[in-house]
Amino acid sequence: MDMPIRVLVAKPGLDGHDRGAKVIARSLRDAGMEVIYTGLRQTPEQIVAAAIQEDVDVVAMSILSGAHNHLFPKVVNLLKEQGADDILIIGGGVIPEDDIPELKKSGVKAIFTPGTSTKDVVKYIENHIKR
Amino acid sequence: MNLEERLLHGDKRACARVITIMENNQKKAFEIIRNNYHKTGNAYVIGITGPPGSGKSTLTDRLTRELLNRGKKVGIIAIDPTSPFTGGAILGDRIRMNDLSLNENVFIRSMGTRGSLGGLSKAAQGAIKVLDIYGVDYIFVETVGVGQSEIDIVKAADTVLMVMVPNLGDDIQAIKAGIMEIADIFAINKSDIDGADKTQVEIEMNLDLNQGEDYRPPVLKVSARKNEGIGSLVDEIVGHREYLEETGELKKRRKRNTKMEILNLVEEELMEIIFSKMKKESSFDAIIDNVVSRKLDPYTARDNIIKLI
Repeated sequence: MDMPIRVLVAKPGLDGHDRGAKVIARSLRDAGMEVIYTGLRQTPEQIVAAAIQEDVDVVAMSILSGAHNHLFPKVVNLLKEQGADDILIIGGGVIPEDDIPELKKSGVKAIFTPGTSTKDVVKYIENHIKR
Repeated sequence: MNLEERLLHGDKRACARVITIMENNQKKAFEIIRNNYHKTGNAYVIGITGPPGSGKSTLTDRLTRELLNRGKKVGIIAIDPTSPFTGGAILGDRIRMNDLSLNENVFIRSMGTRGSLGGLSKAAQGAIKVLDIYGVDYIFVETVGVGQSEIDIVKAADTVLMVMVPNLGDDIQAIKAGIMEIADIFAINKSDIDGADKTQVEIEMNLDLNQGEDYRPPVLKVSARKNEGIGSLVDEIVGHREYLEETGELKKRRKRNTKMEILNLVEEELMEIIFSKMKKESSFDAIIDNVVSRKLDPYTARDNIIKLI
C-alpha cells in the first residue's frame, strides 16, 4: 500500500467505446492501483507524454477499431525513444488471435481479449511490473 | 547525468520520477529538495478548488492555455481521491487536459490523496517544490472535489480560486463558514446556465458583510467549455498576485503557510514514531480494551499513552 502501482489506461484511435477500459480501470482501482484514466481518442504521442509525466509502471491500452497493429507498436516505439522502455505495455479489445504473436513481438507484453477475467489482468500486472 | 542534474535541466521524465520518489517518501527526493531549496519560491501557486463536477479540470486547462499564450511555463498538480478501503484511485483530471500533454511548456501530474482528508494529497507540497525546481512560472494545484470544509489548499497556494456553479444551494450556503472564506477569487463556471446571476449576487452580498478587509475577492462569471471569461480570470489572478506583492501580504501568507507546513511535517513524524512504538507496546492494546470495557476513559488513556512514549 505504500507504493501503489500506477497504470495509465488509454484509448488510442478513433473508436468511441470505452466501457471495457472503464471496467478495467475500476478493477485495477479495486486492486489498490492508481489508475490515470485519459479517456477516448488519444494519439500515441499523447499517451506517451502522459505516461512519462505520470511516471507510470504500466500503460494499458484498449482498442476496438481494428487499428491495433498500427497504434500499439507505435506507442511501444515512442516510449523506447524516450528511454522509457521499462514501462510494461499491455493491450486489450477485439483483437484477432492471428495478430497477437506479431503484437507481442513488437513489445506489447500481453493482449487480453474479450472474456478475460479482470482478476487475471490484475494478477498479470502485479507479476510483471519492473520495480 | 544523474536524476538531480536532469531535473535541473528541465527533463520531464526526471521531474516525473522525482515526484514519484517524493510521493513514496524516499530519502533521495528530500535530498534533491534540500540541495535546491534556496532556488525555489519563484513559481506562483494557484489553488483551484470547488465542488465535484464544477469544471475545475476544464477551467485549469483553459487558464493554462491563456498563460501559455502569455509566454509562461506551467505545472499542474491534479488531485483525485484515493479509496480508503483499497488504496486505489481513479485519477481522471487529465481527460480534460489531454491536448496540453504534448506542450513543451506544460507538465501535468495526477495524484491520489493517499489518506489525506483536506482536499490535497500528502505529497502535494513536495510536488510543488519539485516543479519549482524543474522551473515553471505558475503551478496550478487542483484539489479533489470539495464539500464545505476541505481547506488544506490555503496552506499550499498563493492565490485560491474557488470554482462555483449555479444552482447548488440557497443563499444560506453562501454565508456558511468554511470553504467560502478561503477564496481570493470566485469563478462561477457554466455561467451560461440559468441561475448564474443569482449565484453571483448571493456571493457578492455575502462579501458585502466582510468587515475591515482591504481586499475584496472578485466574482467572475465564466464558461470553461465555451472559453468565455478566461482572459479576465487570468487578469484577476495576476491582479491578486500584484496586490499581495505590493502590500507585503505575499510574504506574510508564505510565512503562515511555511509555519503550518513545518508543523504538519513534525506532526506526521511524531505520529509515525508513536504508531511504531504502539505496535511494539503490548500494553497499548490493553489500554484500548480497558476503554472499551469502560474501566478507563479515553482522556486518562491518552495520558497513559503519552507516559508510555
